Amino acid sequence: MSAHLIRGGRLVDPSQGLDEELDLLLEDGVVARLGAGLEPPPGAAVTDARGLVVTPGLIDVHVHLREPGHEYKETVESGLMAAAAGGFTAVACMPNTEPVNDNRSVTEHVLRQAARHPYARVHPIGAISKGQKGEELAEFGEMVAAGVVAVSDDGWPVKNAHLMRRALEYARHFDLTVIQHAEDLELTGDGVMHEGEWSTRLGLPGIPGAAEDVMVARDLLLAELTGGRYHVAHLSTGHSLELVREARRRGVRVSCEVTPHHLLLSDRAVAEQSFSSHTKMKPPLRSQHDVEALLAGLADGTVDAIASDHAPHHPDEKDVQFSAAPFGIVGLETTVSLCLDRLVHGGVIPLPRLIELLSTGPARVLGLPGGSLAPGQVADVTLLDLERRITVDPTTFRSKGRNTPFAGWTLRGAPAATFLAGRPVTLP
Amino acid sequence: MSEPTWRRKDLLGIAPLSAEEITLVLDTAESFLEIAERPIKKVPTLRGKSVLNLFFEASTRTRSSFELAEKRLSADSLNFSSGSSALVKGESLIDTARNLQAMAPDLLVVRHQHPGVPHLLAERVEAGVINAGDGAHEHPTQALLDALTIRRHKGRIAGLKVAIVGDVAHSRVVRSNVHLLAKLGASVTVAGPRTMMPVAADSLGVTVCYDLEEALEGADVVMMLRAQLERHRRALFPSVRDYFRLFGLSRARLARAQEDVIVMHPGPMNRGVEIASEVADGPGSVILEQVANGVAVRMAVLYLLAAAQGGGE
Repeated sequence: MSAHLIRGGRLVDPSQGLDEELDLLLEDGVVARLGAGLEPPPGAAVTDARGLVVTPGLIDVHVHLREPGHEYKETVESGLMAAAAGGFTAVACMPNTEPVNDNRSVTEHVLRQAARHPYARVHPIGAISKGQKGEELAEFGEMVAAGVVAVSDDGWPVKNAHLMRRALEYARHFDLTVIQHAEDLELTGDGVMHEGEWSTRLGLPGIPGAAEDVMVARDLLLAELTGGRYHVAHLSTGHSLELVREARRRGVRVSCEVTPHHLLLSDRAVAEQSFSSHTKMKPPLRSQHDVEALLAGLADGTVDAIASDHAPHHPDEKDVQFSAAPFGIVGLETTVSLCLDRLVHGGVIPLPRLIELLSTGPARVLGLPGGSLAPGQVADVTLLDLERRITVDPTTFRSKGRNTPFAGWTLRGAPAATFLAGRPVTLP
Repeated sequence: MSEPTWRRKDLLGIAPLSAEEITLVLDTAESFLEIAERPIKKVPTLRGKSVLNLFFEASTRTRSSFELAEKRLSADSLNFSSGSSALVKGESLIDTARNLQAMAPDLLVVRHQHPGVPHLLAERVEAGVINAGDGAHEHPTQALLDALTIRRHKGRIAGLKVAIVGDVAHSRVVRSNVHLLAKLGASVTVAGPRTMMPVAADSLGVTVCYDLEEALEGADVVMMLRAQLERHRRALFPSVRDYFRLFGLSRARLARAQEDVIVMHPGPMNRGVEIASEVADGPGSVILEQVANGVAVRMAVLYLLAAAQGGGE
């Protein structure tokens, strides 16, 4: 029997509506008790959490671990170290590896690698279509049996409406959420940034907000038709958010995530950072109007989760002219500090709502263990230091990716520690 | 009042410049214009300076104009163009920049099909960088030579009504001109097909118009842009015939402008597409003067950047 008492912290657990000073006893991998003035059982380890916030382990439902196939960008090992360093106890990883995670053997490979590097849990997301080609459905049943928690063709939107319909229907057999990278690639064309004032000024081909909106609108109708569970990945526009809000009122089973960069940066950053490829990602940084709509969506409850869309690339790939660079930035090691500083200290949302967005919400959206510190739940815990000041320094990242537009930002608030199945996570 | 001086290492665009800096370039160019009239069109100003012309995208007139400007200033110039091996072997831009830096050039003149490339090079090399056109972003020396041409004809820029017509979305010439003309006090109308107008054109501080005749009304200056209907632009406009019907500049249409209107075109022209020959070769056309002024403007820019490297006073 193993036991660990986390004592004296401010315990914030939105799943139970808790925000007070409480001790937390973890035993045999699960939460045993919550209470004031708990005494450690004989042999229990004790962590002094005075001055810290104790929350259910944070979960990032949208990361790219790049393994198998692109180990030069990231591996399961480096990605999970980055997750732990960033305060996360679980990540859901996208299937756009090489080979694509569209079958049991790739899923099992990812989980085997994860078991060798137990810094955080890995929940693989399987492909919707074989090879992410958008033609035939992948074997959901086989993948679920191997451990897949959701399906997505992330990076390659499901263009064919018939296939999307069948995916939503078939996924219901497994109560799987279908995650869509919502983007009409015809509307995107050769676009590399948001179409608006700044693309106009910079002469860069634009990606209109409508490229996202038309696909979200279509998918919501298909979700309504099929009764399937639909999740919008990295939602980036005010219009799409309004579509989600309106569909939810009609009873459509829809959820959505937004990324820290879409909440904190607008398309202006491309000009301010002088065409830096660290401001290039999909969806692109949107207008200030969209940023404000997303912030409102955090506050009013429309947004279910904050996810990083952690997309590591090799410096050789990113250190090129804007138009030639791949889309994507890393996020696992910046998300928590960015959110604490800009959203909580910045007065956008209270701390419990942030924990809902980073833990309880993500667990609910994909039906994952965790997201709660109620007795009997998995003993995955994150400790946060709301006052520690950090400066984002990509050279210190555990991730192999250094591609972030936030380098040099000074932020107040940082992850302090994580516990996985009741044991403190230590990084080599 | 102190004499204005040039302090920038690079000329990456018009957007960052002040009205004073723009006027300084134009005034300097005026003084270089005279050199073209001499029997020996060469001065020793940049003797011992080396200039690399880096044209990642094909260009005849801009490259020749820079090259001539460099030779007239006695600089040693070297050309790399898109056909030449160094720029096509898949070497990364950063490596290209490092290699060029190793040759210790004083100035780089850069043309590239992607916006921001001169900016990236400027960050990585010690040499001064002149943007000779980056995608649809900026083409500062074109706007400067246009301004010089306007000023020589009208005596001023402030208060003029300028119409710029054509494929605004894909034009670097428009962006540089809009910034420059606004900074010097002209009022600018951009006109073109809706499919070739950037969504936020009005954010550039111009009047946006979708009707050629309306745009020409009372104009002092008309700039026609090259219509590039080939390849992917086909989705933006169905045919040359339709283009000329809506946006082709004919003499009859030009009658709506001021009597002393001047007609400009950055070249190369598509006769019978965006401009009728009767206009291109007509009385108000200053298209060839633009070319001549281009050499003087580029001499001015090369001179000012090289002088700034001397440490100033």
